[in-house]
Amino acid sequence: MTDTAVTTTDARPADARTLVKVDDLARYFDVSPPLLNRLIERTGRAVVRAVDGVSFEIGRGETFSLVGESGCGKSTVARLIVGLYRPTDGSIVFDGVDMGQPGARSFRQGVQSRMQMIFQDPYASLNPRWRVTNIIAEPIHARRLLTDKAEVNRRVGELLTQVGLSPKDGEKYPHEFSGGQRQRISIARALAGEPEFLICDEPTSALDVSVQSQILNLMKELQRSFNLTYLFISHDLAVVYHVSTTVGVMYLGRLVEWAETKTLFNRPKHPYTRMLLDAIPDLEMTGRQRVPVAGEVPSPINPPSGCPFHPRCPHANARCAAERPVLRVFDDTHVACHAVEEGRLS
Amino acid sequence: MIVVPANQPLLEVKNLRIEFPTRRGTLVAVNDVSLHIDPGEVLGVVGESGAGKSLTGAAIIGLLEPPGRIAEGQIMLEGRRIDDLPYEEMRRIRGRRIGAIFQDPLTSLNPLYTVSRQLVETIMTHLPLSEKEARARAIELLQEVGIPSAEERVDHYPHQFSGGMRQRVVIALALCAEPRLIIADEPTTALDVSIQAQIISLLKRLCKEHQTAVMLVTHDMGVIAEAADRVAVMYSGRIAEIGPVREVVLNAKHPYTHGLMGSIPHIGHDVDELTQIQGAMPRLTEIPAGCAFNPRCPKVFDRCYHDRPDLQPVEASEVACHLYDAEERRAAAGD
Repeated sequence: MTDTAVTTTDARPADARTLVKVDDLARYFDVSPPLLNRLIERTGRAVVRAVDGVSFEIGRGETFSLVGESGCGKSTVARLIVGLYRPTDGSIVFDGVDMGQPGARSFRQGVQSRMQMIFQDPYASLNPRWRVTNIIAEPIHARRLLTDKAEVNRRVGELLTQVGLSPKDGEKYPHEFSGGQRQRISIARALAGEPEFLICDEPTSALDVSVQSQILNLMKELQRSFNLTYLFISHDLAVVYHVSTTVGVMYLGRLVEWAETKTLFNRPKHPYTRMLLDAIPDLEMTGRQRVPVAGEVPSPINPPSGCPFHPRCPHANARCAAERPVLRVFDDTHVACHAVEEGRLS
Repeated sequence: MIVVPANQPLLEVKNLRIEFPTRRGTLVAVNDVSLHIDPGEVLGVVGESGAGKSLTGAAIIGLLEPPGRIAEGQIMLEGRRIDDLPYEEMRRIRGRRIGAIFQDPLTSLNPLYTVSRQLVETIMTHLPLSEKEARARAIELLQEVGIPSAEERVDHYPHQFSGGMRQRVVIALALCAEPRLIIADEPTTALDVSIQAQIISLLKRLCKEHQTAVMLVTHDMGVIAEAADRVAVMYSGRIAEIGPVREVVLNAKHPYTHGLMGSIPHIGHDVDELTQIQGAMPRLTEIPAGCAFNPRCPKVFDRCYHDRPDLQPVEASEVACHLYDAEERRAAAGD
């Protein structure tokens, strides 16, 4: 992607380049105690705003990454997009089709089969009682892509080769593989459904670094060969820098900043993004002192008023505590911050 | 007691070998590991899962889980051998002279007891203090590790603390008796980056202030680069390379360390493909003859398949690799 492509977001036709458009997406979870407890303890309902008003776009063939600390809602966004959760509010448009439309059920199923998900833990996401062949063939059967048994087997062998395993490995069970190899099996299973859009929720967090680089290289290679679009969820900023075209930073259920990767890492705008970048360990040993982020993420049940980051923000003022900032575009970056908007922070 | 010479390392591990007898034969999880830590020094131990780094730490505090056992070697703390002590005696050393911090702060605290009860109990086990004094010390410790309003928080239960705060409580618990050595096994792995930085700087500060030695076991090179003075890189139960942190991180000598450093993505480095080490670390049942890294090594040659390399000094580090054998170096110089 070139630098100019970012600024012309509004000018280009809506569906030509954008594959996924998320608009004002929200998902609340009711975490209230049971009714009887509420009556006895005289407490009200408690609602977690896991995702609260998130909007972004993902272009075809791109990798959009969501970063943030645990509990910021990044995995919930992923699950909303694949349809594992229904949104409380807002819309998800996939390839021009609004997935939340009533009556679009059959259509939604058609759209959902064009996406697949890769999960974090390759030990939990593969059925230990199934042979690898059956694990990988499941999406093929589910979508009735192939019916002939020999053809299915041939296709599974091909997929195994594509992810760097041998077709003979199909006879084995998941426990016979290492963590990295299992993640390759998960990727092969995801590819079996011939998706265009892959949602990867921390795909390398459970792996050792040397294996992580193998998986990241494989994912990049597959993206090139099949023109895949990725939504990549991670808490590791270095990994995100390496894989993404565009990066979104989430904090307490809200998207605080999103921009093209280079722009975001070279010229971070939101104070939270700056803090996150300052907190990265220094591997070059330049002697740069890592500045720890002060404080901790507040509870999403009672998020702070106004900007959720204001209690930890060094630039906060009265307006930040009272008024919730909205995402606005400043030099190629979408950022939700009063300080940036008022020019107190450039 | 023997008089300790001033320049003696605080902890010395000599030729440690940890075995797991199984029905199908004896597995050697840690083999011929020797290292030392000086007072006030942070020794980082890195390696992939299964490299034997946590087992080495567990052996030092005497918490190897059976059937794992120390088959060979010695562990010396302040000049005194501790690996063959009876259980009761080791229990007194653990906590008093050696503190431990583990990965998951939720499992290392008892969820049924308040923080104050756990701290007071530990303090009273090791130090001759009354309950009141112990409580005062507990509050002091919580303040030291940076827990706000410690007088109030001390009576809370572990679940009332967030992850980062809980890890601070665990650190306070490890510091109770002012140990000489702290074994920190993946202390920041379960935490977010922003909290990780807080915990690392806390550990470093405490280490400098109390002259406590720290063995920092982790798989995260970033944490090592930031916190350690020296680093030991482990592979398949052996030390592949050990040296000052700058040498190991910036000027890696062993092909494994080199590959490991290259496989970490860097912000600001635009590479299309990351360096990758082919394959995976061999299982304990299938460690190849010669150098254990030989199936994955890009620079492998004949000798690697039958001779096991020993650690040898190369510049400021020590490296177990045949590339640095005298003949090899002479050949390289002749080219």
